[in-house]
Amino acid sequence: MSNPIVATTSLAGCFGCHMSLLDIDERILQLIDLVEFNKSPIDDIKTFTKQCDIGLIEGGCCNSENVHVLKEFRKNCKILVSVGECAIMGGLPALRNGIPVQECIEEAYLNGPTVGNNTTRILPNDDELPMILDRVYPCHEIVKIDYHLPGCPPRADLIWEALVALVTGGELNLPYEVVKFD
Amino acid sequence: MRTTVKNIIAKYNNDKTRLMDILIDIQSQYGFIPEEAVEVVAEETVLSKVDVVQTLSFYHFLSQKPVGKYAVYLNDSVVANMKGRAEVAKAFEEEAGCKFGSVTSDGMIGLHNTACIGMSDQEPAAIINDVIFTNLTPLMVKEIVQKMKKGVTASEMIKLKGEGQNGSALINSMVFNNIRKSGPVIFAPYDGGSSLKKIIKMTPREVISEIKASNLRGRGGAGFPTGLKWDFCTKTPGPRYILCNADEGEPGTFKERVILTEVPKLLFEGMAIAAYAIDAKEGILYLRAEYKYLKAYLENTLQEMRDANQLGKNIEGKEGFDFDIRIQFGAGAYVCGEESALIESAEGKRGEPRNRPPFPVQKGYLDKPTVVNNVETLCTVVKIINHGAEWFTTMGSRESNGTKLLSVSGDCEFPGVYAIEWGMRVRDLLEMAGTENVQAVQIGGPSGICIGPKDFKRTISFEDIPTGGAIMIIGKERNLLKDVVLNYTNFFIDESCGSCVPCRAFTVLMRNTLKKIIDGKGVKSDLDNLVDWGNKMKIANRCGLGQTAAQPILTTIENFREKYVELLQEDTKYELGFDMEKAVAASCAYVDRIPNL
Repeated sequence: MSNPIVATTSLAGCFGCHMSLLDIDERILQLIDLVEFNKSPIDDIKTFTKQCDIGLIEGGCCNSENVHVLKEFRKNCKILVSVGECAIMGGLPALRNGIPVQECIEEAYLNGPTVGNNTTRILPNDDELPMILDRVYPCHEIVKIDYHLPGCPPRADLIWEALVALVTGGELNLPYEVVKFD
Repeated sequence: MRTTVKNIIAKYNNDKTRLMDILIDIQSQYGFIPEEAVEVVAEETVLSKVDVVQTLSFYHFLSQKPVGKYAVYLNDSVVANMKGRAEVAKAFEEEAGCKFGSVTSDGMIGLHNTACIGMSDQEPAAIINDVIFTNLTPLMVKEIVQKMKKGVTASEMIKLKGEGQNGSALINSMVFNNIRKSGPVIFAPYDGGSSLKKIIKMTPREVISEIKASNLRGRGGAGFPTGLKWDFCTKTPGPRYILCNADEGEPGTFKERVILTEVPKLLFEGMAIAAYAIDAKEGILYLRAEYKYLKAYLENTLQEMRDANQLGKNIEGKEGFDFDIRIQFGAGAYVCGEESALIESAEGKRGEPRNRPPFPVQKGYLDKPTVVNNVETLCTVVKIINHGAEWFTTMGSRESNGTKLLSVSGDCEFPGVYAIEWGMRVRDLLEMAGTENVQAVQIGGPSGICIGPKDFKRTISFEDIPTGGAIMIIGKERNLLKDVVLNYTNFFIDESCGSCVPCRAFTVLMRNTLKKIIDGKGVKSDLDNLVDWGNKMKIANRCGLGQTAAQPILTTIENFREKYVELLQEDTKYELGFDMEKAVAASCAYVDRIPNL
């Protein structure tokens, strides 16, 4: 039997969860024996080339492209896991929730202290660009999510344990220290 | 301003436990509570500013912004909406020139939504500057607003007056009592003060024994045996207090308003009996802000009783039987009907329920042993003393002795107050109220249960369907989920004190899921979630509000499951209701782009 296939993506996230995944140190060698990667920034496969078993999602959805990718993952993966605070709750990007999206765009492109020289007051509206959503949505408000791994980022041990449990069908040991953060 | 505010505070001896009264007085003085007044209150009562603001911001009728020279609070309850509230609201907005939730630019008229104001038998109704307007029509609204613009005061606008004491000079109100069935207990004729003459010949223990023998259970809804509660209270050393719960916030109930209008002396006499039994010197009537129009009348009643030696020192000549009552107004918070929240509020704090134990009978008002009884319970006590426990036990059903006042409203010909014996079938009550084509009956208000015709054979009693008294009849033509359940769920979101997470969060999640189902986007798992979350609410919240906030959804899923199921998408297993078109509309419009979906 071939190894289970894993896909990963970072939506409206900071790639911190992916970094945490890489933080499993030498176990990365076990990992490549254990699973095969498909669409993922880790191996730079851009599109799904086959049906996958597990999809790891970092980040929530702040634009139409995030939604599109997330739906692709749902279509192509048997099990979807929200990894980290942003995927689960929207995280830092969701700080803009509650502020009208118009104000956010103004702040980003017209009035913000880091806006350089936008004298013609151009707002990005090319058809090629993703469209901004009215608020940042957690993944489970867009598609069905099977599991949630908490943390910002979830510690490497947690991701490793969860992945191994999923792949081997074993039980996941979740001691309190792993899911409490203060 | 400082002097005026200082004078108000001095009236209450700079006592921080009277913060509610202080804030209510400031609110009526200025139409809001200005920042500067908050500072003065904090200084004078030795509280921090934050303490003052946290109390003030908790209550619906206290405001940090002006609410308008004419502050209109239009009821937004289920029954009000059944009776044409939408047209009335529209008329107010058109005539006044501002939307609900705002004040006209000249500060003249403010339009505000409010929860049930205890007028369900005469809706749509509104409170304007503490004056009640009932049976409103768009035409009446037009006249009212025109008079506002001419500067006529709200009380001068009252022409037609209600029956009984409503028309008296001290109440001067257009509210009607609508007593449909007066019954042998509360509204039966009696000789005022006779029970006091009787108890002074008894020992306090004998009074408690008599109440215990009558099997009287609390009329507020929970049905705790009254005699036992008094007995428990005497176990802790005093001083002890009697609090009467007249918060009557359960949407659809209004019978206490009728008691307070027609037989307030009966209530105060009942409080005096309780005081004698537990040896309390002070009593508080905690009255909801919506009934402020009764203030002058009730205070006059108290004075009459003091003059007749039925209150005050050495009552009825009995040495050491001293007892007096003050009225504590609330300021618009449903949760204050919960006894420990009521105590917090009477102490001048946010109306947040306390953890129990200790129970109020051990540690209540000012941390002293306190009995909190419902208005109807205390009135019933007087009749039990007058006629004896045995007389009382001949009425009602096995576990529920005596009678119960019901507030009947909604789709029926004769809304009003009915005094029934416990054990009456719902079906018989519906017949009495003049109903046909009944779809459902909401018994006990939003926190009670919603039943359909198959259960109309059940009885109103502690052993079957207990109730604090609100009966709302919902006709066939109503949309049960949208018109009733959604309104109730929104009500609980507004009224949650926010202390327990499940109550604060699940109410919103459940409302959103309910809306999703109503919008035709629901799936089977949504229904399962509602039941699952609703059951968690019952065990994971501190007070009765949180524990019952899911009731409108839970009991309708139980009794009207088909109404949910027919709205669900059959072929979809999972649907979250995310709408890309809606989600990108605002940003695309702003950057001038056609959504590319």
